[in-house]
Amino acid sequence: MPTFVYMTRCDGCGHCVDICPSDIMHIDKTYRRAYNIEPNMCWECYSCVKACPQNAIDVRGYADFAPLGHSVRALREEAKGTISWRLKFRDGREKNFVSPIRTTPWGSIKGPAEYAAPRPEAFASQELAHEPDSLKIDGGVPTLAATRLKRRLA
Amino acid sequence: MFANNPFAALSATISPAAMQAYIVAMIVLVAAGTLFDIVHKGSAKYFFNNFRKSKGEPVGGGQLASIAIQTAVVDVLASGEFCSTRRRIAHLLTMYGFLLYVVSTVVMVFNYSTASVWPHLWWIGGLMVCLGGYWFWFFIRADVAAEGNSPLRLMRADLFVLSLLASVTLGLIWAWAQARGSSGSPVWFALYIIATTVLFGSVPWSKFAHMFFKPAAAFEKRASYANGTRSNLPRPADKPEQFGSARTAPRHY
Repeated sequence: MPTFVYMTRCDGCGHCVDICPSDIMHIDKTYRRAYNIEPNMCWECYSCVKACPQNAIDVRGYADFAPLGHSVRALREEAKGTISWRLKFRDGREKNFVSPIRTTPWGSIKGPAEYAAPRPEAFASQELAHEPDSLKIDGGVPTLAATRLKRRLA
Repeated sequence: MFANNPFAALSATISPAAMQAYIVAMIVLVAAGTLFDIVHKGSAKYFFNNFRKSKGEPVGGGQLASIAIQTAVVDVLASGEFCSTRRRIAHLLTMYGFLLYVVSTVVMVFNYSTASVWPHLWWIGGLMVCLGGYWFWFFIRADVAAEGNSPLRLMRADLFVLSLLASVTLGLIWAWAQARGSSGSPVWFALYIIATTVLFGSVPWSKFAHMFFKPAAAFEKRASYANGTRSNLPRPADKPEQFGSARTAPRHY
């Protein structure tokens, strides 16, 4: 589902260029409008679709699973904290969804750089980062003791 | 300097008729270039085909007239389509500066009025174009601000802005040089004419014609919102623009 830009709606602001994680949204040299330089490398993340202030970016469905004649469009309204979706099916059915942009307050989730660097001995441990706290298991991570096995190890 | 018509001093070497013929030629070039651009790219054909195909609720003539007025006032006169304040201000400066500059040039060359306000408006318009244009060129352009390219990198999309800035800058320099009696003023005038001819003659290759296309696109966008199609976009969410109140903090995150 690679993205494409409606050049009549695009005003060349560059928001999609800034946000694309695959670095494939760039500015056309002839018209100074955005375009997808490599649809094959599109992550289909909809970041550019949501970021575009002019709603100038749409997504094309791959013909093997998305029927031709469908439409999926999103409208992100940051002031309201909502992301709305409008899905149109080939048979004329239409579904609309409205979701919150996020369910946690802005700034409440720490980025990776805000955590302390791991100690060298942590790399030798079986536990992954932020474990066992992030697992939220009372009594710590359950471990398997050899004495508790039904069949003794040889 | 600011109260003198620079074209009046020029009429000693170039006849007013020649200057007026040049202006008429530039207007013809813009019209012909825009028509050629439309026909060559087929943009009008595709635009009206899409306009006809978009089926939605019928929109009355009165509502269409209201949409046209809103387009003219908000999108054209106030450049309302820009979402970035910086881009909008730069565009307003350049647009109104260019209008002032062109209208005052025509008035002075055709000698419609000898009031001293016209040379002032010519200078003010030129300086507005320079302020908005250079600000856009060095700081706001997407290929510099978003792509990180050098501001000195040139591409075809720069043809309109660059020729506009060159024409206005060289025109102001010529007027200043002529007012000071500089012997180099004919050279500046020659460069000014070359840049102006490139500006108005390169319409089929530059983005000059977008000043006519964008209002049509803005009208079509408003009409699609009025007839419910909205380019298949969802309706704005039925949520308040500003959550919370003076007593409670907003909880929409």
